[in-house]
Amino acid sequence: MKYVNPRKPSERMKIPRQHALEQDAEERSKNFMEVSMGMTEDSAVIEATRCLECANPVCVEGCPVNIDIRGFIQLIMQEDYVGAANKIREANYLPSICGRVCPQESQCESVCTLGKKHPSVAIGKLERFVADYEIKHNLFVAPTISASLHQKAAVVGSGPAGLTCAAELAKRGYHVTIFEALHAVGGVLRYGIPEFRLPRYILDLETERIKALGVEIATNFVIGRTATIDELFDEMGFSAVFVATGAGTPIFMGIPGENYSGVYSANEFLTRINLMKAHQFPEFDTPIKVGKSVAVIGGGNTAMDAVRTAKRIGAKKAYLVYRRSKEEMPAREEEIHHAEEEGIIFMLLTNPIRIIDDGNNWVKGIECQKMTLGEPDESGRRKPIPIPGSEYVIPVQTVIEAIGQRPNPIIQSTTPGLETTKRGTVTIGKMQETSREGVFAGGDVTRGGATVILAMRDGKIAADAIHTYLSSKRNGHSPAAKA
Amino acid sequence: MFPIIDKEILSSTVSKFIVKAPFIARKRKPGNFVIIRVSETGERIPLTIVDGDTAAGTITLIVQGVGKTTKLLLSKDVGDEIVDLVGPLGNPTPIERHGKVACIGGGVGTAELFPITRALQEAGNTIYTIVGARTKDLVILEEEMRGCSDELYVTTDDGSYGRKGFVTDQLKELLDRPQGVDAVYAIGPLPMMKAVSLLTKKYDVKTIVSLNTIMVDGTGMCGGCRVTVNKEMKFACVDGPEFDAHTVDFDELMMRNRTYVDMEKAADHDCRRLNVELQGGVNNEVR
Ligand SMILES: Cc1cc2nc3c(=O)[nH]c(=O)nc-3n(C[C@H](O)[C@H](O)[C@H](O)COP(=O)(O)OP(=O)(O)OC[C@H]3O[C@@H](n4cnc5c(N)ncnc54)[C@H](O)[C@@H]3O)c2cc1C
Ligand SMILES: Cc1cc2nc3c(=O)[nH]c(=O)nc-3n(C[C@H](O)[C@H](O)[C@H](O)COP(=O)(O)OP(=O)(O)OC[C@H]3O[C@@H](n4cnc5c(N)ncnc54)[C@H](O)[C@@H]3O)c2cc1C
Ligand code: SF4
Ligand code: SF4
Ligand code: FES
Repeated sequence: MKYVNPRKPSERMKIPRQHALEQDAEERSKNFMEVSMGMTEDSAVIEATRCLECANPVCVEGCPVNIDIRGFIQLIMQEDYVGAANKIREANYLPSICGRVCPQESQCESVCTLGKKHPSVAIGKLERFVADYEIKHNLFVAPTISASLHQKAAVVGSGPAGLTCAAELAKRGYHVTIFEALHAVGGVLRYGIPEFRLPRYILDLETERIKALGVEIATNFVIGRTATIDELFDEMGFSAVFVATGAGTPIFMGIPGENYSGVYSANEFLTRINLMKAHQFPEFDTPIKVGKSVAVIGGGNTAMDAVRTAKRIGAKKAYLVYRRSKEEMPAREEEIHHAEEEGIIFMLLTNPIRIIDDGNNWVKGIECQKMTLGEPDESGRRKPIPIPGSEYVIPVQTVIEAIGQRPNPIIQSTTPGLETTKRGTVTIGKMQETSREGVFAGGDVTRGGATVILAMRDGKIAADAIHTYLSSKRNGHSPAAKA
Repeated sequence: MFPIIDKEILSSTVSKFIVKAPFIARKRKPGNFVIIRVSETGERIPLTIVDGDTAAGTITLIVQGVGKTTKLLLSKDVGDEIVDLVGPLGNPTPIERHGKVACIGGGVGTAELFPITRALQEAGNTIYTIVGARTKDLVILEEEMRGCSDELYVTTDDGSYGRKGFVTDQLKELLDRPQGVDAVYAIGPLPMMKAVSLLTKKYDVKTIVSLNTIMVDGTGMCGGCRVTVNKEMKFACVDGPEFDAHTVDFDELMMRNRTYVDMEKAADHDCRRLNVELQGGVNNEVR
């Protein structure tokens, strides 16, 4: 049965873009409940009919995993939401997560044909809608798992790259174990991205679904410490390893005063709250301290999450200090917008040069310098230049640095023969293969800080590559002995 | 889950636990630590791996009750389980042949020092051990330490056992002897390690300390454990926990470790029912 959109293209263009319901800004800046409540079924169907069903659906090219966007939107028009979810899952195993955190405005939606003259189709919100519908009505059907191939694959790290790779390998009949250093599963999805953007029941549910495919998850297991990659092969019987350890080591600015009490890396601040529930102290044992005024340094998603979290746990004034202008901010548009609505104070073209203490080693303020934009630098963004004599102090009791992260070196330094770049990322080829036979890598550990969807993409390609590799081993083409 | 196989009370505030953790038992080396979480709502805290038995798949932890988490652990018994336990973390102690080594343990730091001392002796060093405590009841592992030392001295602040005074008084005597000392390992409260460091600097004797910073993940992901060493920022969990004492900014670390003192005191109030004696109030640097 071929469904036909009842509206002519010219009519479709007249329909305004449908919006998701959102919690009131004032209200939500005091709680951890999800900001966006998603689209209603009615809005989703209307939104779906806005799609021009392009003969050449360029949106698909804009999606890093090439979801058949036109196809799934057509299924929404037909009100076959489960069909739509399964269509997405052909390319992306975790639509409930991508629909929430993917920077769609710079990917699929940025190239959408409708978007040339009108607001583009709300692809991300539609993706989330079908995933939520399936959860709400309990309609998820687990994929079929191929017969066991009797080979073991290890996945190191349970972030989006690791979870995706594990799911794809398990479906093909491999015995997969995920090794995770922390006591909980999810990587940045667990300890970094706050609940108000990605509720934990979604993450828990997706984890359970992956376990239901037969994937084993060993938490509290640091590869490189509890066992090395070599031991996974030689002693624990694994035939392939996917390294997806992320980029979790925080970078500090290197300005004076960074070791005063009240200075956090965004990672520590967010981990204390998201993973350890420090905002529920003393019910939970982990403490956190945030002052009346808080400054978060940076302009990416991490900075945005930290500053909005600080507001939620009681900061009266939450400043975002960024040395370039708003246009240069790497954070998602939606998050910047939400932060503004929640009353975050943006201190743009402002560069911190020193943290000041109260004489008792506690933060009292942060000295900043005003900046102006000069010529574009290597990154293509206009370079900030300090304005002499513009120094001034913002009084704050907490400073959170969110200026970037790099890969954690534990695996790199305990795996002989594993090549890395100068930036500490693991070197890979086209199929995510590393310099070590049988070892593949992907996600932030190969890219530096990137995105959830790119991590998933890497996980999927690696699963294909591992399948090819293990198939050739099975068929007796014993690949050269490993280093 | 990590079952507790055996428990022994060493003093009013210190107990020893044997915990089943086969993977960690295989890999642990002197100087390594684990991060544990005692309950589902618990905090992650670091504890040194004092000993291990590869065949039995167990590790030994010795813990002093100073706050909520450590006291909760002390209330656990054989048959109970530790929810989370991860390791071995940190860099193992480089076991070198220095010659004559003074090993100084303060309080529960003596437990952390024990595996290192044993390894140093096995490597052919002559070991002079100084075990320090506030009072007699808090002296732990004296026999174990004697077993791996050529000379052993005990000091107590109040003179209730061994020599009255601080470990540094004893150390100074050793440093002043004609044969001297070639290297010093000191683990204990920060003020003790700082005092040892100031003393040995005068004698220009290489000194290693193990830093007790606040930690969250223990794998280099939070930066909460950062310390200034040689004017550079280091993460104690992955760059340490041992450092050259003469390059450590002890004063800064002592201040940083006080960050949550008031909150921890409040949390600790709920803990009194655990019936573990609080020794001398919440002591920031005791470990
Ligand atoms: C606060 C924050 C907000 C973000 N917001 C967004 C967003 O809105 N949209 C978006 O697309 N991207 C966002 N990102 C980026 C995105 O989260 C990452 O690009 C993505 O999570 C990378 O996935 P990964 O699987 O490579 O690694 P991670 O998610 O980092 O997971 C790595 C896992 O490996 C574990 N691990 C590390 N070392 C070891 C070891 N030796 N042994 C065992 N386990 C180990 C870690 O504990 C961790 O669980 C954000 C990042 C942060 C920090
Ligand atoms: C590498 C390392 C190895 C350690 N090994 C041992 C060990 O083998 N046995 C042992 O008993 N203890 C050890 N400690 C110290 C132990 O981790 C702390 O005593 C524990 O974190 C306190 O937790 P709590 O909830 O009981 O007390 P809290 O209520 O958190 O704190 C009580 C008091 O201790 C201070 N404190 C908090 N964290 C630490 C810390 N990490 N180190 C020192 N003081 C702290 C607080 O400021 C407070 O004043 C070690 C610490 C490190 C960093
Ligand atoms: S995964 Fe991201 S880029 Fe791809 S369709 Fe969904 S929202 Fe767009
Ligand atoms: S480009 Fe836009 S309008 Fe065209 S098929 Fe994709 S979503 Fe629909
Ligand atoms: S404890 Fe988190 S970086 Fe050391």
